[in-house]
Formats: sequence, C-alpha cells, structure tokens
Amino acid sequence: MKDILEELESRRDTARLGGGQNRIDAQHGKGKLTARERVELLLDEGSFEEFDMFVAHRCTDFGMEKERPAGDGVVTGWGTINGRMVYLFSQDFTVFGGSLSETHAQKICKIMDMAVQNGAPVIGINDSGGARIQEGVASLAGYAEVFQRNIMASGVVPQISVIMGPCAGGAVYSPAMTDFIFMVKDTSYMFVTGPDVVKTVTNEVVTAEELGGASTHTRKSSVADGAFENDVEALTEIRRLVDFLPLNNRDKPPVRPFFDSPDRMEMSLDTLIPDNPNSPYDMKELIVKLADEGDFYEIQENFAKNILTGFIRLEGSTVGVVANQPMVLAGCLDIDSSRKAARFVRFCDAFEIPVLTLVDVPGFLPGTSQEYGGVIKHGAKLLFAYGEATVPKVTVITRKAYGGAYDVMASKHLRGDFNYAWPTAEIAVMGAKGATEILYRSELRDKERIAHRTKDYEARFANPFVAAEKGFIDEVITPHATRKRICRAFASLRGKQMKNPWKKHDNIPL
Amino acid sequence: MFKKILIANRGEIACRVIKTARKMGIATVAIYSDADRNALHVQMADEAVHIGPPPANQSYIVIDKVMDAVRQSGAEAVHPGYGFLSENSKFAQALEAEGVAFVGPPKRAIEAMGDKITSKKLAQEASVSTVPGYMGLIADADEAVKISNQIGYPVMIKASAGGGGKGMRIAWDDAEARQGFQSSKNEAASSFGDDRIFIEKFITQPRHIEIQVLADQHGNAVYLGERECSIQRRNQKVIEEAPSPFLDDVTRKAMGEQAVALAQAVGYTSAGTVEFIVDGGRNFYFLEMNTRLQVEHPVTELITGVDLVEQMIRVANGEKLTIAQKDVKLNGWAMESRLYAEDPYRGFLPSIGRLSRYRPPLEVATQSHVVRNDTGVYEGGEISMYYDPMIAKLCTWGPNRAEAIENMRVALDAFEVEGIGHNLPFLSAVMDHPRFVSGDITTAFIEEEYPDGFDGVELSEKQIRRVAAAAAAMYRVTEIRRTRVSGRMDNHERKVGSDWVVEAQGHHLPVTIEADKLGATVVFDDGGKHRVESKWVPGDSLAVLDVDATPLVMKVGKIPNGFRLRLRGADVRVYIRSPRQAELAALMPQKVAPDTSKLLLCPMPGLIVKVDVEIGQEVQEGQALCTVEAMKMENILRAERKSVVSKINAGPGDSLAVDEVIMEFE
Repeated sequence: MKDILEELESRRDTARLGGGQNRIDAQHGKGKLTARERVELLLDEGSFEEFDMFVAHRCTDFGMEKERPAGDGVVTGWGTINGRMVYLFSQDFTVFGGSLSETHAQKICKIMDMAVQNGAPVIGINDSGGARIQEGVASLAGYAEVFQRNIMASGVVPQISVIMGPCAGGAVYSPAMTDFIFMVKDTSYMFVTGPDVVKTVTNEVVTAEELGGASTHTRKSSVADGAFENDVEALTEIRRLVDFLPLNNRDKPPVRPFFDSPDRMEMSLDTLIPDNPNSPYDMKELIVKLADEGDFYEIQENFAKNILTGFIRLEGSTVGVVANQPMVLAGCLDIDSSRKAARFVRFCDAFEIPVLTLVDVPGFLPGTSQEYGGVIKHGAKLLFAYGEATVPKVTVITRKAYGGAYDVMASKHLRGDFNYAWPTAEIAVMGAKGATEILYRSELRDKERIAHRTKDYEARFANPFVAAEKGFIDEVITPHATRKRICRAFASLRGKQMKNPWKKHDNIPL
Repeated sequence: MFKKILIANRGEIACRVIKTARKMGIATVAIYSDADRNALHVQMADEAVHIGPPPANQSYIVIDKVMDAVRQSGAEAVHPGYGFLSENSKFAQALEAEGVAFVGPPKRAIEAMGDKITSKKLAQEASVSTVPGYMGLIADADEAVKISNQIGYPVMIKASAGGGGKGMRIAWDDAEARQGFQSSKNEAASSFGDDRIFIEKFITQPRHIEIQVLADQHGNAVYLGERECSIQRRNQKVIEEAPSPFLDDVTRKAMGEQAVALAQAVGYTSAGTVEFIVDGGRNFYFLEMNTRLQVEHPVTELITGVDLVEQMIRVANGEKLTIAQKDVKLNGWAMESRLYAEDPYRGFLPSIGRLSRYRPPLEVATQSHVVRNDTGVYEGGEISMYYDPMIAKLCTWGPNRAEAIENMRVALDAFEVEGIGHNLPFLSAVMDHPRFVSGDITTAFIEEEYPDGFDGVELSEKQIRRVAAAAAAMYRVTEIRRTRVSGRMDNHERKVGSDWVVEAQGHHLPVTIEADKLGATVVFDDGGKHRVESKWVPGDSLAVLDVDATPLVMKVGKIPNGFRLRLRGADVRVYIRSPRQAELAALMPQKVAPDTSKLLLCPMPGLIVKVDVEIGQEVQEGQALCTVEAMKMENILRAERKSVVSKINAGPGDSLAVDEVIMEFE
C-alpha cells in the first residue's frame, strides 16, 4: 500500500511540475506566474480541488506520442473565494505553450458543465499559444466545444476570463463570450491574427502590444473590461470582483457585513452641481459618496469615459451603477457609451443585480461619424437593455435629462421603480437655448426677445417639477440625503417580482 | 457696544471675526463676490451683501462697493481682516466720513506705517535700528541696478505697498536685479494697484520675529510677546509659533518696548504687529509695521489668552485696555500650520478645484492640549483661482514646545483634504525635521533643507514597524469581514490566517497577529512586538489607533492587497500578504514609470502668458522657457538641463490643464 501511495505522490509531483523547472523559471523570467501559482492566488488557501490531473493527450502524429505530460497543459478544478464556490481552469504555458488539444478542451468542458449544473461561476485563466497544431481539426473541435459551453453558460453562471499571456486566433472567442475579460499589462495580448499575418496580408507593421495589448483592449477596442499591473494584482482584484457577484442566475446578490450607515448624510453633495449649467463635475464623486465605504469596482474604466459602469454595495448588498460622466463629452450618449452601458445593464439583469442609474445627459452626440457608425442601433441597445430589465431599477437625475436620452436612461417609462430627481434636475426635450431657437425661429434676429424667450423656457422646464407633476419623477430629493433615499428604495424592492412575456429570446438590435 | 459689524473680508479671517462678534452679541454682515456666493463666511454671518464679480479688484477692494454694503446693512463698525482694504487709509477715511467705526488704527498710522519707505524713515527717527537700503522711489530697471550696486548684493527688491511675499524678489547680480525689478513692479501693479518699488540690503541667515502690540485710544499700549515666523517659502509664511525658541527675556523686552514706543510715536491704536529681522547674535532690525490683524494672530491668543479680535472691537468702541503690561503672561507654546491649496510635489504650485473631502481634526481645548482650526472652507466647497490659496490655519498648543509640536503632528495626520493639491505632507515633514525640532531655524530653512523641492518623506525604521503592525491588524480585520459574505459553502469557510508579510518602503516584515477582543498584538519575526488597539473598521478613511499606547493616526486608502497610508508627510503603499502570496509577489517585475524628462509639462492649471523660446533653439539649464500665470502669480518654467526645443504645443493665451505638454525636447 505504501508503495502505491508513494507512486501517487510521485505522479502528482511530476504533474505539478508541468513543463519542468526550466520552463517554470522561463515563465517567471517573463514576469508571469505558473498556472498553479495563479490558482493558489485566486482561491482561498488550501481550497483547490483538482480534476483530471493525469489526463494526457492522445495525439500520435509528429512524434507527439513520445511526450505525454500529465494534465496536458491546463489545470482545472474548483475551490472557494472567501468561502464561495467557483470553478476554474488555468492554462499552463510551460506545457506545449499552453496549446489547446482535444483533451485539454475536454478538461475545460468538464468543469464548465459542472459549473452550470451546480451553479457556480467559471473563471478562466488564459495563457496559451493557441491550437495544438499537431492535432489539427481535433483541436479546432475542442475550441468549438468550449465555445458552445460558453454560450450555454452565458446568463446562467458568471464567466470571467483573465488573460495572462498570449491569447490568439480562435482562442480569443472563448473569452469574448464570457461576461468579463481582464488583462495583465505588458504580459498579455489578444488578437485574431498576429503581427506577422498582419504584415503579410496588409503590409501594416505593428507590435503585439499595439495590436492587442492591455492598453489597446481597455482603451480602444473595449474587448477587455480592465487591466492590472501584474499577475498578483490581477488575481487579487478578481477575488474582489467575485465578492460582488451572485454565484448563478437563481442566486441573490451577495451581502456582507458593512460599517457604513445607510442614513449617512453627505452635505457636500448639495454643492456638487456647479452654478454654471455648462460646467462639468465628477460623477465618480457621487458614486463613491453613495456607495458603502466608498467602494466602487469600475468596469471598463478607460473606455467610453462619458459613461461610468461598475459595482457598489448598498447596505452590504451589490448594486450595479450606470452613470453619465459630465467630465467627458458632457456626459452625452454615443455609440461607445451606449454599447458599454447596455452590456453592463444586461449583465446585471441576467444575474438579478439591482441597477442604480445616475443621470446627467445632454442627449446623443451628433455628427456624421455617429450616424455612419450606426448610433441609432447602438443607442437602441441601451434602451432595449433598460426596457427589458426586470431587476430593481432606481434612477436619480442630478442635472440634465434631455430628449431621447432622458427616455433611455432608466426613465419611469421603461419600468423604473424609483425615479428620483435632485432639485437641480432639468427634464426637457432639449436645452433652453436650442428649444427657443426652434420654437421662435422667426424672432431669431431679435436678440433681446430670444433671450427673454429662453428665460421663460428655463423657468418652465429647467427644473424637475414639470416631470414630477406628471408623475414621471416619483420624488424630488435633496442631494445630501440621496444615499439614505436610494438605500431605502432598494430595500423596499427586495421582494420585486417581474416577468417578461415568454419568448424564445428577444431580438436586441445587435 | 456696536450692534452690527460688517466684515470687509472673506475666507477664514471673516469666519474668525464672525465667531468673536457673535460671542460678544454683535450681529454680523458678510460681503461676498460671485465666486463666494456659497462661501462659509456667507453662511456663518447673520446677513450678507453681494459686492461684485470674483476678481478682488472688482469686489473686495473696491471701496465704493464696500461702503455701499456698509450703508445698506446699517453696520456701525467694519472689521477689515487682513489683506484687501485692511491697510488702506482711504477706506478708513471713507468710513470715518460716514461715522462708521473702523476696527483698526487711525488713518494717519496706516499711512505712516503702511508705506514701507515712510515707515522706515519714521522708525529711524525713533532711533529704531533699521536695515540699510534705498528709501526713495526707483524710476526704472537701470536705476534699480545702479542702486543695487550701491547697497551691494544681495539685495531685496520689494513692492512699496506689498505684503505676504507678493511683489518681492531677491537679486544676486545685475541681471537678476533687472528682472526682479520688472516682475516685482508687474506683480505690485496687479496685486495692489501700486507699482512703487524699493530696494534694501538682503540680510542673510535672518529670523523673522514679530511683536504683537495692542493700543487703545487713551494712550495705553502693551505688547503681547512675539511670534517666530521664520518658516517661510518664497517669503510667504508657512509655520509660525509663539513664543520664539530663539529669544531670551532681555531681547524680548527690548523688542517689545521698542515696538510699543514706535506704536505710540505714530499714535497707533488697535492691534498691530511690528516685524523685525533678527540675526544670529540676536541683533534685531525693524522691518515694517503691519497695521492690521496678522494671519498668525492665533498663536499669540493661545499663549496669552487674549482674544485679539475682541480687543480690536473694544478699542474701536473707545474702551480702555483692561490689560496692563504686567498682566501679560506667556503661557506654554503654540504652533500654527498654514494649510495652502498648493501642491508640494509640483513645486508648491497653486491647485484649485472642488474640496471633495475636507475633514479637519477635532478641535480640543484642555489644560494640556489645544487644537484650533481657523477655516474658511468646507467639504464640497470650491477653491477658486481668484484669492489667496490659504484655506485653513491649524493651531495647536501644549505646555512646552515639544508637546505643541507633537500635538501638531497628530492633528496634521488627522486632517483629511482631498480634491485639490495641498501642503499637509510638507507641514508634517517640517514638524518632524530635526532642525525644526531643535529650533535652529532661519527664514532660509525651507530653501536650505528642501533645495530641490519636496518629494515626500520616508518613514524611519521605527515608524515603519509601528505602521506595519497597525496595517497588518487592520488588514486582518478587513479580510475576516470578507469571509462573512453570504452564499458561502457551509463548513468550508475560509480561515483567515495569523501569519502575514508586510511590505512597506522596501522592507519585508513577517509578522504574526495574536488577536483578542480589545485589539491585536503583532509579533515580528525578530521577536519585536507592538500592541495595536483601535475602533477602526473597514472603510474608514481615517485610522486613529493606539500602538503601544501612543497615538498613531493615518489616512487610509484601499489598494490591492493593502493600504495606501498617509502620515507624517509620507505617502506609503503598504502591502499585507500571506507568506505564500508574498513569495509569489516577489517574482513580479518592477516596472519603471514612463520617461517624461524630455517633455515640459504644465505643472498647474493656468494661462500661458509668454513663450521665451522657439523650435530648434538650444536652451541652457535654468533658462526661462515660458511663463504660466495661475492664481495671479507668474510662474517662470525653466529648462532642467541643456537641450534643444523640438516642438512647442502651446502659445500665449492658451489655457492649459495640469500635465498638458507645453513643449518637447530632443
């Protein structure tokens, strides 16, 4: 028996070494941790339960049969993050460059199936050279099996991808279909075709970093939701994100003890809105002052900065926040910000996370580039997302809510549960100047008269009371009491039940 | 007594005067410009009168507008505060003409002392020792150079009407004299509307020590000890204390008596300050007399127990002084730190914006400990570009200098200011500076000790261990809270360990935390122990702890795996990791910040007034590149090293934000 146990231990030791000490050292030399080290950091200490440690590939071409390392380039299993269950896979770059074989894919599929069955998130750590070329179509089939599971798991359990090395070619489409993608600066990149192919086909010279580095994907393409300095920081912050997320679509958002009174008054919010209606202010200050303990987990911080998305807690419980940011492009809606916010709202809705919307929106960004880019359909995504969402929805209009953008931003008409406005709110078809120029076109030459008309319009519409008279605003609230009011609003919605009519699925304008 | 008093000022001093007036049962009237509509002094006053647009020269210093406000409100007296109209004899005269009391000296005294050239002559006539210099008016830069040569370099070029460091330059050679004359003149014109300039010998190694005098309309005058104001940056006072650590009783008495004699010679009434330069041999020279309440008056109040504003109001009301010289006793030690909206990490450049957080330390007043904060701002208020960047004066008192300093250190650590750049870290750094602590200071202290500006401070080994112990205990509490989240697997909860490795300032300190109901004992791997107790809970932005039964106060920010902690002028990232996390974190590469050495970045939000170079031009180290105006100060940006200009991105008239690239070098 002892021999048998020793045999097990020795096999385990070999498996744990992956591609061997030299390759581990090389991995460290690149500033990267190994697949197993990453798992250790992601999970609670000692909580990892591994599957398929001894799985080996079945390829016999190109001499592959001579090398059949245990595990086949991916570590899979489950464990806990602060005591809550997650499934994960972590690709091992030290084994065949983390390339995906048929068996490698099967390992991933196994834990994904279990995750869906048992209702726990899947976290994928990607560090792979791509398809195992020696396996040919078997490898491609493997990818497709994973893709299919990504699709089936979508909206059932949260899926998080962490890109910690290369992720190229078909491989990118698995992360692409997960809920969140995070990257590590300088050591990760994602692209469909690499710099060499780009050079051959288009003669464009570009580095891997420029083509698909963390900066590209967090600022330009919006493929990634965030980027971190290194592996350790990334995994720490993924743990922090998981603390915000429900385990599955039947679960409630997590609640944890909090040390911040729901009644906390923030007198400084009374002066947040500048006297000049055209002056910007930082909407992040409002979010941070409303949130429990000022804790805001921002999603897509560096993309479409005219809208803010992320998670906060109120009374210890997760709430998704969408907020126009007047500091950037006056907080207007455009193609990018609509797409960003729509996707976020749909994630929240899929996982029963209540949504708080903070509105200061002057309208949609005008211009040919927007129209040619299809702002009509992209803007509609956000409208669609808000309208179909059945989760508790609380909206606070801080300043401008103009035109169609007013409707879009979780208005009462889109089944908003609580629609609050600050006394500084202006709910109107457009700003006073623009409105009077249309209404009184014939008087345009008479500057004095127009100024007078503008004043009249302002007096009538540059306030929340017209909307409040009609019941479109449930209550005009003081800025300093906003935290208390929204905490109570969400508290009252804990029992909300709402169902959309049965359908196979909707047809959101993609 | 007056029934209603108008305060012809803004900011902290207006608030300060309102407090005393209220205590005396006098109704208060504030005046405000457009920029101050929501200012604290307006909120505090019983009534407020709007007096015009933001620039002071269209509001606070327009006599007619202030007089209108006086009439409109029916105030019987006006307290001018400091700055603005406080030393304007025309204003005093205008009030006199209307039969409204001016809470300050008679206009003759203002005129005599307010003008530096006249005051110096008067002081000489009264046999007060004065600094050698040229008393006449100077026509142009050529004459300035000539006179500078006659006096001998270094010389000080000053605005005749100046104060607070504005319009003041030191020149070490002809070129600097020429440049200094011009910029002093420009600044004097824009700040005071009076561009007269004079030049005097610049005394090296000087201390700035001033005597507070108080005189009534019945010929009585006393001096209330001195204030040491040597900690200055570019002639702007930063830290003041009373008494001076340098004066002995004999010198104090001599200075005080001279100050009183001078005050009486000019028929002075109200509170006033006689400024002296004192050299290493305790020789003192009359510098100027400030015919108003000084910014730093609270330190005198704290050691004498006299409310100077109350005395000024009583004197203005014609009352006799109730204090005789023999009643004046100096008790304990007081410190004042001026909180400026200036970013010490960017060469102390002015910073404006919204105070997203402003939480001063709690004010205390006990037998052994006083904390007082004179402030003119509040959380959510706006620091505008129009006025002085000083936003608060934090004062502490203790039975002796060491305790006053220690109280100040703790109070500074507990002061939370966010949203703008500010000098809190610098103030803390000075409070811990051995030379400051020893009292061996001169007006050149900051220049000598921080020749390359301020770059933050490193905590000492001893401090690091205290901070590490506190941070570890705090982090453990934070991690335990995380394990209490809902939805965990029953019976398989995460156990938070007791072994951690703290990383701070390059130290890696393995610790073991032994927690109990009251706090935690943190044991270091070398056997050292610290006891940490606190009411801190996760999310609190201020940690007030007892470490080994002595206070440790830190500002706390969240970062992955740890805290950003700010205390004692240091801004440290402290990481707390499990031993395994620490082992793996050690494998992570150190990243270098991107190179900005070949760019000239705009150090503050401001307006480009002048670009001195062109593309392709070779510049020498120290050569002026361009001038940025912010908060009425012209800031000349100079080349850090020899280079060639390759690109210029901004021109005169451009408004730039912080860190915008002005020009690039090869």
